[in-house]
Amino acid sequence: MTTHRNSAPAHTRSLPIRQLVLTLLGWSIALIIFFPILWMVLTGFKTETAAIADPSFIFSPTLESYQAVQARSGYARFALNSVAIAFGSTLLALLIAIPSAYAMAFLPTKRTKGTLLWMLSTKMLPPVGVLVPIYLIFRDVGLLDTRTGLIIIYTLMNLPIVVWMLYTFFKDMPKDILEAGRMDGASTLQEVFFLLLPLTLPGIASTGLLSVILSWNEAFWSLNLTSSKAAPLTAYIASFSSPEGLFWAKLSAASTMAIAPILILGWMTQKQMVRGLTFGAVK
Amino acid sequence: MATLQLKNITKQFGDTKVIKGIDLDVNDREFVVFVGPSGCGKSTLMRMIAGLESASDGDILINGQRMNEVGPADRGLAMVFQSYALYPHMTVEGNMGFSMRLAGVPKEERRAKVLEAAKILQLEPLLDRKPKALSGGQRQRVAIGRAIVRNPSIFLFDEPLSNLDAALRVQMRIELARLHEELDATMIYVTHDQIEAMTMADKIVVLHDGVVEQVGSPMALYHHPRNRFVAGFIGSPKMNFFSVEQHSISSDGVTVRLPGGRPCTIPVAGEQLARDEALELGIRPEHLQLDENGPLSGQIKVLERLGGQTSLYVQMGELLITIMADGDVAYRVNDTVQFGFAAERAHLFDAQGVALESLSQHPLASLTRQDNRAATEPAAPGGQV
Repeated sequence: MTTHRNSAPAHTRSLPIRQLVLTLLGWSIALIIFFPILWMVLTGFKTETAAIADPSFIFSPTLESYQAVQARSGYARFALNSVAIAFGSTLLALLIAIPSAYAMAFLPTKRTKGTLLWMLSTKMLPPVGVLVPIYLIFRDVGLLDTRTGLIIIYTLMNLPIVVWMLYTFFKDMPKDILEAGRMDGASTLQEVFFLLLPLTLPGIASTGLLSVILSWNEAFWSLNLTSSKAAPLTAYIASFSSPEGLFWAKLSAASTMAIAPILILGWMTQKQMVRGLTFGAVK
Repeated sequence: MATLQLKNITKQFGDTKVIKGIDLDVNDREFVVFVGPSGCGKSTLMRMIAGLESASDGDILINGQRMNEVGPADRGLAMVFQSYALYPHMTVEGNMGFSMRLAGVPKEERRAKVLEAAKILQLEPLLDRKPKALSGGQRQRVAIGRAIVRNPSIFLFDEPLSNLDAALRVQMRIELARLHEELDATMIYVTHDQIEAMTMADKIVVLHDGVVEQVGSPMALYHHPRNRFVAGFIGSPKMNFFSVEQHSISSDGVTVRLPGGRPCTIPVAGEQLARDEALELGIRPEHLQLDENGPLSGQIKVLERLGGQTSLYVQMGELLITIMADGDVAYRVNDTVQFGFAAERAHLFDAQGVALESLSQHPLASLTRQDNRAATEPAAPGGQV
């Protein structure tokens, strides 16, 4: 291998160097992004004293913080809320987004592109700008600190992205196949259930996954609209920053437990995620 | 029994009119081919017949009944798409039985019908495969099978062979002709390939810019094109066109002065011609003959030897003329050749590009595919091989 490379002409010899630099760059960026998570996981296994001492990778790991966290409050209750809210809002978003994306992909009008852009533009509004009106509405209709309330908010929050992604996946679907279905006597509903959904399932799955992740990690609304009953894991983490001061080790242990489920889910579905996030551009 | 009538059909997308008033009759068991260059509206017309596109105006009648507002599945038609449009997640059997599954036909009956169609198309060993495990020709057959199981009154084919390689295309062409025979069905076929049109059609509909240029049997179109467009479109290689001067008009035809000055009388009716009207002479490459005393001459620019035939591309002034000659002509590039033609093989077009009517009908012009069979079948057993 080495001899082969050495015997290569000069202009191709620059390639391995280029590759080396790019690889190093890639790894560095990945490490920079990953480092806070790594540090958090490590801190979770430290004692409180070690956690605030000079940063060090060398320490004797302990489950002390985890035990303390477990003893203090019901992780399970928060986790259950997270699951219910993340999956509930994702299902609701898909239910609304599939018909809308179908209409825009297969029955476009002059204003379809505009509608899509307008939907996306709502994502540019800082959520805090509508916090007060939404808080008041929620208070008046009794949605404060309810799972239903958060499901509604998360659905609305993710709907533009979900519609966009589904729209791109549906657009990729050959129109002929749906027309063949129509010739075979399929109603619109049959067309969707027998042809469109099975054929775009990978796309729908990655869209759903993204929506679950976004809902799972959302903290702004959950902190402001829930207190105890419907609080998800993000609120659980926040509860460890108490007025008496920060307990870094416990906070880290709690955070690790909060992100673990979604981290594992993301790890298992990496492939679909990448395809989903490139918005159907890579096949 | 299945007939189709189109009455003044138009289609408009926004401000653009793509179909500009088409009238057409398709008879029972006829094989009709829509042919034309891309963008002529042939696919749109077929999609309107299928019900996938609505007509802006006019009537579509199937078996005498107006179908404009009837959905695609209820028109009694089946369509084979250019891309085959197979359902990728279903097996061959699932693909072929999908329409029956939607209609709630019991599984046993479905299977029986699929098997019947599979037998016709030799698809039986493939019934459990998914489309991606099939070759192009097999996919094509599944698409046709899906149409057959619906037992339609009219089959629609939208450029079904254009994704196949040349050899397979010839084979499928023969197979489609056989199917037409076997199923005894009315078929409408869209293609831009005039060889497919010439070989399969009972009736060719030549479309151009959203209007019908001519309707007729392949031989009628070849021998008596109604205008310059049809003359240029039907026949391969393309017909040669020369500008000629009008000389005189008599009962024998119209005498024109050929490029080079010699007069020639073409046996066409010229009574309506205006004096000094610009004329164009059309002669097919296969009707030009190399002839030392011929009235035309030019220099060979390109020479393509195909074995049985040789195509000569001859520069004649500004024009590049194509001549189909024998396979063994001895000419070389840059040689000057003399050539001529039989006057009754030539076509004359007026200033609007409309063909002047021939004084005599070509004997094959009224030939149908049925005649073809009647003529060849009895001869086959004792005939020469």
